Amino acid sequence: MRWRLPPNAAVHPPMKFQPIDQFATTVQPDKRKSVYEATKATHEKRTGLLAAQFSSPDSLRRLAGEIKQHAIENLTTLLPLAEEKLKANGAQVHWAVDAAAACRQVLEIMQQRGATRIVKAKTMVSEEIGLAPFLESRGMECLETDLGEFIVQIDHDHPSHIVRPIIHKNRREIAASFEREGLGAYDDNPEVITRRARAFMRKKFMAADVGMTGANFLVAESGRLVVVTNEGNSRFSLAGPKCHIALVGIEKVIPRDRDLAVFLNLLARSATAQNLTAYTEFISGPRAAGQADGPEEMHVIFVDNGRTDVLASDCREILRCIRCGACMNVCPVYRQVSGHAYRSTYPGPVGSVLSPLLAGEHFLEKADLPKASSLCGACNEVCPVNIPIPDLLLRLRDKGKREGASSPGLPPLSPWSVLASSPAAWKAALCGGRVIDHLPGGLVPFQAFHAWTGCRTLPKWRGGEFRKWMKSRAKGGKA
Amino acid sequence: MVSIERKPPLGKKVQLMATCLCDAFYDDAAVATVQVLEHLGLTVEFPEAQSCCGQPAFNSGDWASARRVARHMVKTFRGELPVIVPSSSCAAMVFHGSLLAFEKEPDLPEIEQMARRTWELADFIVSGLGVTTWPGRFDASIAFHRSCHTRGSNSASAAATLMGSIPGVKLLEFGEAEQCCGFGGTFSVTFPHISESMGRLKLQHLRASSPDIVVGVDTSCLMHLGGLAEKEGKQVRAMHVAQVLRDALKNGGLLK
Repeated sequence: MRWRLPPNAAVHPPMKFQPIDQFATTVQPDKRKSVYEATKATHEKRTGLLAAQFSSPDSLRRLAGEIKQHAIENLTTLLPLAEEKLKANGAQVHWAVDAAAACRQVLEIMQQRGATRIVKAKTMVSEEIGLAPFLESRGMECLETDLGEFIVQIDHDHPSHIVRPIIHKNRREIAASFEREGLGAYDDNPEVITRRARAFMRKKFMAADVGMTGANFLVAESGRLVVVTNEGNSRFSLAGPKCHIALVGIEKVIPRDRDLAVFLNLLARSATAQNLTAYTEFISGPRAAGQADGPEEMHVIFVDNGRTDVLASDCREILRCIRCGACMNVCPVYRQVSGHAYRSTYPGPVGSVLSPLLAGEHFLEKADLPKASSLCGACNEVCPVNIPIPDLLLRLRDKGKREGASSPGLPPLSPWSVLASSPAAWKAALCGGRVIDHLPGGLVPFQAFHAWTGCRTLPKWRGGEFRKWMKSRAKGGKA
Repeated sequence: MVSIERKPPLGKKVQLMATCLCDAFYDDAAVATVQVLEHLGLTVEFPEAQSCCGQPAFNSGDWASARRVARHMVKTFRGELPVIVPSSSCAAMVFHGSLLAFEKEPDLPEIEQMARRTWELADFIVSGLGVTTWPGRFDASIAFHRSCHTRGSNSASAAATLMGSIPGVKLLEFGEAEQCCGFGGTFSVTFPHISESMGRLKLQHLRASSPDIVVGVDTSCLMHLGGLAEKEGKQVRAMHVAQVLRDALKNGGLLK
């Protein structure tokens, strides 16, 4: 980045910027370029696909948003119904109030079965609750089977995108990781990498005791769990193991099977610019009598972990999110910094709303995230459930301010607002402002000024000129 | 973005909200706005007590300060006249942002009353007055930067419609036109590195179309982009849409 400190930096104290802006200065140019190109390509393909296939993609987004809003506002009806249907289908239902409870429930299910090995399809909730490290610390073998998540796991890294966890890595890095893990000599051909992962995982799938999935949707009226993947790993996780555990955020419930028509039409197109993912699984319970395959036991763990508090807040619309990642792909800030900048399981625009809220009493630690946006509104335009993300970011900025969040670099706005409400003072400031054209920059006491002029010129001050022009016309007719 | 139904304009008089940036830096954009509105047969009233829409504080999370300024502006612009703003961003603050900031305030109805009669200039001309062609002449190829606060409103298409109808104007296509320029109000100084990167990308796309002029409906985006370009030593010529409309009138002999 070609950021230059102002020449008078010695006069002005060192500048402190927002954490995500500081993070931006550490992102390597090639990383930034590859994240930018990957997200841009997906976004553009997504937009083209929706426009080509639907007469009004916008209406579809709005409808999906209304259905999901209805669902989250009726969780008290839909969740008990879902539980009843799941039980009728032969599944066991558990409720986890927080991350610790969810982890404990998984562990208990495994212990009861004498299980030691679990294969996991991609679930962001498991990342959110820190399941893998928890199980490993209890002596369990826990394997991520989504290729991206597997690479994250062997690198002891974190996902940087909710759909493409390794958007920040290139194939050379992945090939090096595979070599280090003894998965074969260095070869960065993606097909070779995939085949090696496949060969390694195949044995693990066969040997696993438990298969874990998340859920993209859970239909209340039927107790049907819907999981979409492109790698088939979720299906494989349920083929060998005798026990299936599904981690389901409580906001994943939708009322009816027919609602899936709306959501499945939007999800893959929004996420990966596909009409549908390669696999769409409808799971209606454990193996039934007469069925040859499938887990003999199925557990659904409904995870709250702060969601009820989000529901009670004035940002509840964020619970509509179906985790497609379209907001990340279009976000100009995400494209510059990628996911790790957000220090959270959920990055990007959706994460900037969700992560501070899910942080609960640690809200202030994440109160800078909602500020990492120019409020351009692109996220709202692409959101398949039409979440008004910029409005929610603004509400959280207000909440942050009221709760005393720090705001490095912000000009003093309270005195400014007094000035802007006092006409005489405002007019005097307009005339007096021209001093800025003549003052040595180093004497200007506001960091904002230096942050502006570090990379931009400031136009010549013309304060009060327009008012003079209006006055001269009033006196002497048209100027 | 627009979350309120606006009244169709009646009568021949409007109020001008000049915006703080025109007040401080871009007086000619405000002058041009007056001249354009007068060309349309309107009388322009300029309430002297006006200052700013309050957005800098609102976007920074300081809603108490934003409400202080918004209350002052509502008092300043009281009445029934349409309020015309040569900025999609400041207009959106009045008809959308303030509604959020006053959600739980007893004087929300007064805010809504002003919101219902506030228009961005190009949107007002096209959607409010029903004017869709612009006379005169303006010989230039124009890269029109669609600023983000035009999303969900008619402003960008209105500005493009008007400019595209002027004899001599060639509107250029360029890459990622939907993307933000990186200004973002106080974002530009609290996230200066990201803001700068976004701005450079925008400049790259704009320059690739080799325009004579970059035009916007917001002086704020233009200040950021123009400032970046000038600091690089490679200036871009930037104009506000009102200046293009006004100059077209001048070039066509329709305005002295």
